[in-house]
Amino acid sequence: MKVGIVGVGWFGFQPEVVDYSFREMMFKAAQRAYQDAGGLDPRSDVDAFVSCQEDFWEGIAISDEFAPDPVGGAMKSVYTVTGDGLQCVGQAYMMIKSGLFDVVVVESHAKPSDIVTLNDVMFFATDPISVRPLSLENIHALAALEARAYMDKFNVSEEHLDAVVEKAHKAGSKNPRAVYASPGRSRPDTPVVADPLREADIAKFVDAAVVVVLASERVAKSFNDTPVWVAGAWWSTEISSLELHDWAFPLHAREAADGAYTQAKIADPAKEIGFAEVDNRYSFKELQHIEALRLAPRGMAGELLADGAFCPGGRLPVNLSGGALAEGVPFEVHGLARLSYAVAVMRGDIKAQVDRREAAVVHSWRGVPTTTSTVAVLRI
Amino acid sequence: MTGATKPLNPRGTKYERADFPVFEFPVVGKARYNYTTGEALGRFLAGLKDGRILGTYCNKCGRVFVPPRMYCSYCFREVDGWVEVRDEGVVVTAVMSYISATRARLEKPVAVGVIKLDVPGRTFDDHFFPGLMHYICGATEDDVKSMRIFGARVKAKWKPPEQRTGSITDIECFEVVRP
Repeated sequence: MKVGIVGVGWFGFQPEVVDYSFREMMFKAAQRAYQDAGGLDPRSDVDAFVSCQEDFWEGIAISDEFAPDPVGGAMKSVYTVTGDGLQCVGQAYMMIKSGLFDVVVVESHAKPSDIVTLNDVMFFATDPISVRPLSLENIHALAALEARAYMDKFNVSEEHLDAVVEKAHKAGSKNPRAVYASPGRSRPDTPVVADPLREADIAKFVDAAVVVVLASERVAKSFNDTPVWVAGAWWSTEISSLELHDWAFPLHAREAADGAYTQAKIADPAKEIGFAEVDNRYSFKELQHIEALRLAPRGMAGELLADGAFCPGGRLPVNLSGGALAEGVPFEVHGLARLSYAVAVMRGDIKAQVDRREAAVVHSWRGVPTTTSTVAVLRI
Repeated sequence: MTGATKPLNPRGTKYERADFPVFEFPVVGKARYNYTTGEALGRFLAGLKDGRILGTYCNKCGRVFVPPRMYCSYCFREVDGWVEVRDEGVVVTAVMSYISATRARLEKPVAVGVIKLDVPGRTFDDHFFPGLMHYICGATEDDVKSMRIFGARVKAKWKPPEQRTGSITDIECFEVVRP
């Protein structure tokens, strides 16, 4: 039983959505996704709903209770996963594969602009006994430690990071929802936040909601003539103690990618994948994730990227959208942002500079201080 | 710390005798939020400042939403418009609370209840109705504990206009209407 994406809708992708509450953003994204799925009625056509969110982002305890009604799921089967939206796609994939569900809706929303003390809230995710008492001033320091370890081990230079930033802003300028895209932005001219990370290396936050409708092969075509098939979805968490994780390489992304590739029967990703949307919430992470997803050998992504291999129109375009550096990070929506862009490219809704759009890989990481990644392989 | 010893009482050890290794660190981090009210609740709060309770309605199912939503949760469609509901109604359920939000014992217990609000020209069952949860004033402890308060008519006691801020607390309480 194949699992297809038959509807995608998004709303927001603005630094601050001032006029609408998170509920209203969810509703609007859902309306659009259901319209995209041929006018699907969530009250009668959907078997279950899955929402990816995290209470501390919401500022609401047991925020699961707020998930159903804005997406048409009141008094229906709804559950929440504390994770990236792409993990919810994994849930839907399993549910449909089981044969018990034909249509599953996946939702994620984020309103970082509602959080007054974002740095403090992010520190709640660190170990309360071994890390939090250190009272680090800036959460980005944790990413900087990874950046240094990676750059030192694999001989990655700051020029390589310059190239990632330049590519993101250039590609993002063609993506209408990439509000932070600023072609010509010069990384070396921005101030250092936590060495080696400069302001331009760090994606800003953005308010957004994305809803995705998934359906079994049996019913998919009754909603959409051009479903995009989920050929594999896998996720992995390395370890809860930062001290014990690999600082130089995201093993979780490697593990998630290998799981998804196995499901999708992809033996040589660098040859079989046409394009990729990966997490680049820090510039160096794009290089790491390209390597973790086996699109380049370890330590080689920087050089290949600087040579144009991963640019729009290149051998294997990565982040045609500009990624999080151009669109911003909408908390747990991020994976669905990457997914929705890839789906639009594959369906031809977005005219992107890519030769092969029949197979794509999508990746999301949950950001510092997590060691969790999700990968999905898509096919048409 | 003396280390764990065999419990004196095999069926359980009283907590004051146990030797819990609890680590205390200074509180690190503050979670502060500035919730966007959005279209529906934004207009609702603006209404409260004016001394009015506003709701939205769905023509397909006839439901009225107070507090308002811009969509009908049941029909999954945008609501059709706004309606001003009356600032009075009946008590559906109520309890006496003897502790504060921080669980400190209150000197004087308070009554908390759910009020089904009147909407001219419309009737609602007890399953779904426009209503608010609020304090109930003018009832005795016994009125509430005996549940005689259920079904009683109550009316909003508003703060003076100059003290209203556009908050649910612009209504001080719902006061029992004596016939």
